[in-house]
Amino acid sequence: MTGRLSPVLIGFAVLVYAFLMGPLIIVIGAALSDTTFLTFPPQGLSLRWFERIFEIGAFRRTMVTSFQVATLATICALIVGIPAAYALNRYRVQLPGWLSTLFVLPVLVPEIVLGFSLLRSIQVGAGFPVFSTLLIGHTLLVLPYCVRVISASLASFDFSIEEAAISLGSPKWKTFFTIVLPNVRSGVIAAFILAFITSINDVSVALFLTGPGISTLPIQILAHVEQFFDPVIASVSVLLMVLTVAVMAVVERTLGLTFLTK
Amino acid sequence: MTAPLSLANLTAHYGTTKVLDDLSLDVGEGELVSLLGASGCGKTTTLRLIAGFLVPTAGTIHLGETDLTRLPAHRRNIGLVFQNYALFPHLSVLDNVAFGLKQRGMASAARAERARAMLARVGLTPLEERLPGELSGGQRQRVALARALVIEPPLLMFDEPLSNLDAKLRVDMRVEIRQLQRANNTTAVFVTHDQEEAFSISDRVAIMDAGRIRQFDAPETLYQRPANAFVARFVGFENLIALEARRREGAIVHAEGPGGISVALDQDRLGAIPDRFTLATRPDGLRVTAQPEAEGIPASLGLRTYLGRAYHYQAETPAGHLVASGPLSRPLQSGDQARLVPEAEQCCILPEGEI
Repeated sequence: MTGRLSPVLIGFAVLVYAFLMGPLIIVIGAALSDTTFLTFPPQGLSLRWFERIFEIGAFRRTMVTSFQVATLATICALIVGIPAAYALNRYRVQLPGWLSTLFVLPVLVPEIVLGFSLLRSIQVGAGFPVFSTLLIGHTLLVLPYCVRVISASLASFDFSIEEAAISLGSPKWKTFFTIVLPNVRSGVIAAFILAFITSINDVSVALFLTGPGISTLPIQILAHVEQFFDPVIASVSVLLMVLTVAVMAVVERTLGLTFLTK
Repeated sequence: MTAPLSLANLTAHYGTTKVLDDLSLDVGEGELVSLLGASGCGKTTTLRLIAGFLVPTAGTIHLGETDLTRLPAHRRNIGLVFQNYALFPHLSVLDNVAFGLKQRGMASAARAERARAMLARVGLTPLEERLPGELSGGQRQRVALARALVIEPPLLMFDEPLSNLDAKLRVDMRVEIRQLQRANNTTAVFVTHDQEEAFSISDRVAIMDAGRIRQFDAPETLYQRPANAFVARFVGFENLIALEARRREGAIVHAEGPGGISVALDQDRLGAIPDRFTLATRPDGLRVTAQPEAEGIPASLGLRTYLGRAYHYQAETPAGHLVASGPLSRPLQSGDQARLVPEAEQCCILPEGEI
């Protein structure tokens, strides 16, 4: 193939990228503005709105809550999701078909409904504290993603490899960690990233489950926008993006490297 | 380190389906036994029971003095070679081979040394740092073999290990497997659906069907003296003809069947012939002749096929549809009337009712 790229194609690609990147650039630009109102292009460069984030206690607290909930919910969902995905694939022949569908159902339920039902059943009904309810809600929210993504990478896993390890003297539980997990590593990383992002961005479930004193960052941003229209919204959004990317990088690095050296 | 394997009255079920029915089998020390049969005959089930991946509903498995029946799979100390090799994709060739030694708590340096020695034996020393994904099919199979052998198991088992290789490599690898198994004097069970493979490599072969062993004998015996109609058909005795002995003259038995079938058979070459029996022949053991011979099976010839060394004829006879062979020098035509005469070398005698 020596054909040149057609100008129409290039133009189209540029438009697509502009469409995708545009909002990001506008938000980053607005966050750096020196003005007291949201504007683009930025008028004067300043980091003062980033400092302002930390002066507002609600942002500080909700950011911590968001990261705690996202991390813990993702870990909980993986702890449940990895064995579930394993069992669904390993015993696919023996298990009834509807069982794997069961794990996708939460995706079909509108998040608003999920949030409301959790509010009724565990927060009000069972009297769980706000943070626990939030954690349970987000675990349920991200579990289907974990099961799906890890199932996809287990689908191509040849379980006779597991039997080979067992025949060589490795007990079944140990084989799971030394043979099965390393071979679905990329699936676990993908599931972690997807689950984490889903949780940290969630508004609809958190809307119902946040309570007195405890809120998540997206809810706080929503509350702030209702009252103020200053660039702190843009800067907190940028900070959220940067921190999310940082978490992803750390996950990639640590999970990737520890599994490789085993 | 080797031990005889003894399976006694093994029965196994998948759900409510019985897949193995009261199977007993004894494999001697250092012997290589093949389980041969079509898919679904229970051969792989038998192997998985021995390996411990399945639990029998009844019966026992002994390896030497050890009762394996209820022992967890990882404590059975059996070397397994899989059809798809089942190498660990994330480990190097050396780590794959050393895996079993690691499970046995051997120190890192010692197990690397043992694994390297084993890799040298299968001729893979230069590839020890590679990942399985970077190897050819034959190389992968050698790694799988080295990985199973390095733990010096008292029993080696092969699950269709050659079926993913091309024809030439398959023949080379089976010789290699046999040599390594002989050199270590390891008891071995080899599962395959390929008759030539089973016969060429084994001391004895168990031909299986519907969860049972139909005959367990040396390849020569199976090939020449099948014990029943199933095994006879399996090893190529396509024509089965029910006959009755009418006259005996010394070793010669004159037998007759329906519709004017009359043949003379030599007990010196076929073994003792009872009064009622089934004659089984390969197509090459049933000679077509247009001569008006007194003896033979009257036949109306159908389709003729050319096989290089002879012609084969589809023939309609009073004993049903048979396949016979004729010389290249005198081809006969479709529709010709002829007689089919059995040749002792390609015939065998089955008990009455085996048809």
